[in-house]
Amino acid sequence: MTNPGGLRSSFARIFLRSLSRINSGRVSSSRGRTLPKHRSISIAAYASMASAVGTRRAWSREVLRRIRRGGARRASRRTSEFPVGRKGRKEPGNGKKLKKEAGDGNEGSSIQGMRKKLRRLVPGGEGMEFHRLLAETAHYIKCLKTQVGVMRSIADYYTPV
Amino acid sequence: MSSRRSRSRQSPSSAINDDQIIELVSKLQQLLPEMHTRRRSDKVVSASKVLQETCNYIRSLHREVDDLSERLSELLALSDHAQADVVRSLLLHQ
Repeated sequence: MTNPGGLRSSFARIFLRSLSRINSGRVSSSRGRTLPKHRSISIAAYASMASAVGTRRAWSREVLRRIRRGGARRASRRTSEFPVGRKGRKEPGNGKKLKKEAGDGNEGSSIQGMRKKLRRLVPGGEGMEFHRLLAETAHYIKCLKTQVGVMRSIADYYTPV
Repeated sequence: MSSRRSRSRQSPSSAINDDQIIELVSKLQQLLPEMHTRRRSDKVVSASKVLQETCNYIRSLHREVDDLSERLSELLALSDHAQADVVRSLLLHQ
């Protein structure tokens, strides 16, 4: 496993650079559309983390790929909590299976439902074997925690006392 | 895609046996906040519960990122962006 201190510093460095770029208005949008600032920041956060991790992880490769390919739309599509709601969480199939699990009692189907959800949440998780997905998920969560921690530190720093 | 529970130890490395899956699931379990504070030796937590908590946790982390992004977007508008270097040194020294 990577050294979390090193990852934290790398991410902080890259992310801060992106933040100052965004702040000075030098963000290039590949589609030519202007993004709301918080959306630019959140994408920059994921992109910075993926850059800090590099290409040795499938999920970071996928994130970098998405961002380079489609710009904002693709990258933010990954987060199912996208507040704008363009890609609402009304996708059938997986949702139905999940609701069934409460009264079903069948262990197999609930794990299946979970696996599908996990595949959608972890970038690049679609084409993987299960054990690989689990390992990627663990690393992804670790990096997300680091990312959130750094972002919170920055926000706290800038918050007027 | 069904989850094969066959124990074939002589198969090549492409087939992963149950033990490795269990180990990975328990590793995930330790990353989750609620489960970590519970008894660590408790391995009886069902895999589906771990996966479910994992999905919830990832989603809550995404939400946090969005919230913090909103917060940062408001805060950065107010302050001088030259302070980024100060923050950088601040964070690197932690």
